[in-house]
Amino acid sequence: MKHTLSVLVENKPGVLARVAGLFARRGFNINSLAVGITEDPDVSRMTITVDAEEHPIEQVTKQLHKLINVIKITDLDPERTVARELALIKVKSDTKSRAEVMQLAEIFRAQILDVSRKTITIEITGTYEKLDAFEQLLQPHGVVEIVRTGRIAIERGEK
Amino acid sequence: MKGSEAIIESLKAAGVEVVFGLPGGMVIPLYDALYDSDLKHFLVRHEQGAAHMADGYARATGKVGVCIATSGPGATNLVTGIANAYMDSTPMVAITGQARSDLIGTDAFQEADITGITEPIVKHSYLIKNPKDIPRIFKEAFYIASTGRPGPVLIDIPADMQLADIDYKPAGKINLPGYKPTLKGHKKQIISAAKAIAAAEKPVFYAGGGIITAGAEKELLAIAKLMKIPVTTTLMGLGCFPEDNDLSLGMLGMHGTGYANYAVTHSDLLIGVGARFDDRVTGKLATFARHAKKIHIDMDPAEISKNVAIDIPIVGDAKDVLAGILAELKKMKREPKKTAAWTDQVIAWKKKHPLHYKDEKGSIMPQYVIEEINRITKSEAILCTDVGQHQMWSALFYKHIKPRHWVSSGGLGTMGFGFPAAIGAKVGCPDKTVIDVAGDGSFQMNIQELATAVCYNIPVVVCILNNGFLGMVRQWQELFWNKRYSETVIACQPDFAAVAEAYGALGITIDNKKDVGDAIRTAIKSKRPAVLDFRVKQEENVFPMVPAGKSIDEMIGGHKT
Repeated sequence: MKHTLSVLVENKPGVLARVAGLFARRGFNINSLAVGITEDPDVSRMTITVDAEEHPIEQVTKQLHKLINVIKITDLDPERTVARELALIKVKSDTKSRAEVMQLAEIFRAQILDVSRKTITIEITGTYEKLDAFEQLLQPHGVVEIVRTGRIAIERGEK
Repeated sequence: MKGSEAIIESLKAAGVEVVFGLPGGMVIPLYDALYDSDLKHFLVRHEQGAAHMADGYARATGKVGVCIATSGPGATNLVTGIANAYMDSTPMVAITGQARSDLIGTDAFQEADITGITEPIVKHSYLIKNPKDIPRIFKEAFYIASTGRPGPVLIDIPADMQLADIDYKPAGKINLPGYKPTLKGHKKQIISAAKAIAAAEKPVFYAGGGIITAGAEKELLAIAKLMKIPVTTTLMGLGCFPEDNDLSLGMLGMHGTGYANYAVTHSDLLIGVGARFDDRVTGKLATFARHAKKIHIDMDPAEISKNVAIDIPIVGDAKDVLAGILAELKKMKREPKKTAAWTDQVIAWKKKHPLHYKDEKGSIMPQYVIEEINRITKSEAILCTDVGQHQMWSALFYKHIKPRHWVSSGGLGTMGFGFPAAIGAKVGCPDKTVIDVAGDGSFQMNIQELATAVCYNIPVVVCILNNGFLGMVRQWQELFWNKRYSETVIACQPDFAAVAEAYGALGITIDNKKDVGDAIRTAIKSKRPAVLDFRVKQEENVFPMVPAGKSIDEMIGGHKT
């Protein structure tokens, strides 16, 4: 079972190392981790997706809470959450296949960022699943390189 | 004012009177400021000693222990002591020098990323990058170290920060948005706990070091007396409940008493307070207190249901929560005799099967030495230990009646802890008799602190239970590894009494049982640091013992009750 934790932390040096180190030494498995600053420059938000099969998520959040720089942790309810990930994908494509790749990108509402004689670089945002599906469709063409950001998420509604 | 002087001011503002440390290049400015201050500094012979002394000082006094080391190797030498304090939740502030801030990250001379190295073993840490932050950071560090679940906090200070000129202003109000320990227990949960206690027929208290941290001994005793509830303590909890009380079951767990382990196994309500369901206590988790409903009172929410599922969790300060439960219990109408049959049974187990050992003619039995220490000090000494067989005999055969009189490395199990911790305890409590029970193996891990003890005339009495082995490992090898004593025989042993004398301490070797008491009395009366080398029976074992992975009622050397 994957959980998405939204973690508000003080924007101080070493916080990322403390959080990542805690996950490592407690044996919790991080799937992805994205960090950025928030509307308050003193506060950063970490969006952490974690596989909570072996360790109950409660223990993960409680241990995380013990870090002095961690201000607030929310275990986001998938039903009430909007989540996105961004990927940059460089795929092989020559004159023969270019049209097909561009068509796929259009279907997925992805952006073409760069075209060379032998490759196309595409930007795509969406859910983890959408990005996976797109990647699979590109595989037969020969994917050269993929860069993914990891999930960021926000609660729906006014909260 | 210089940064280093601001550090001294900050330490004084935190109420610090003594510090333990050893200087080096990157803390010369701080030591220069110490030179003019009225803080008492104890120069150690190894930084690990400084950390353990600060730890022992903190445990015996309840204050925050402070140690200082220089950068790099000085700082890394503190690591074991910091880890030890972390595992046993001791309030400590460790101050380390660091390479100049413009050199950080360049592999400069004696540079080590000590905040990185200690990250998993501190409650929090700081690297000071602006000298103006010194007062605030010190204030926060002492606050974090001593509140909530206590623990070590490390402050790493580059040399140039110590030298910088600052406009010193005492720190203002603490603002730590991510740190708000819960002190008050949840009212509804307190009522549920009181109801469960009133309804129980076979309740048992499982009391840990958290009781001592919170100073909740009176509340524990009051509930135990009011409701007639037997109390077993963890290793860290020794002294939180007087062992001369009928309701005391002594220690539980791997080397716990038979009656404590049986009581827990047969209980219908287990009330854990300030204890963390450690594997050395629970044995096989699936069978631990299997018939019991479980209440867990702890300061640290992460401890609740970490190892064992809890029915009634209460996060809060043990003193506050127990006082709340006591008040509820007093309001309730209860049947006074509900637990009578149970307490009678437990007390009968205790009387019928007391801790015992076979006294062998011609040998000094290690248990006898502990009993003699107990008799001579009237259970009033601060007893410190290293780790191993001697530690377990001290836990079992000494009568622990007062809190903060037992200083032993629990969670980390650090050989070499006891002696420097004893020095720290004596510095903090100069009017108490302080005894360090050591093994011949563990004493040699910080034997150099004899110089510190002699230099400042800190009269601690070291009682070595010398059996010529790394005894606890040998015991495991005997019982579970076909007596293959791989590297547990300590073949080249120094003459400990002569070593003590060489350092300027009193040294006595004891070969006969009849001399045991006299040696202890002589050492205490001498008012000097003393080392007593008791040549005890070599292959004596610690019993009862629960083999690793077994249920706690499956003891070797215990009695079936």
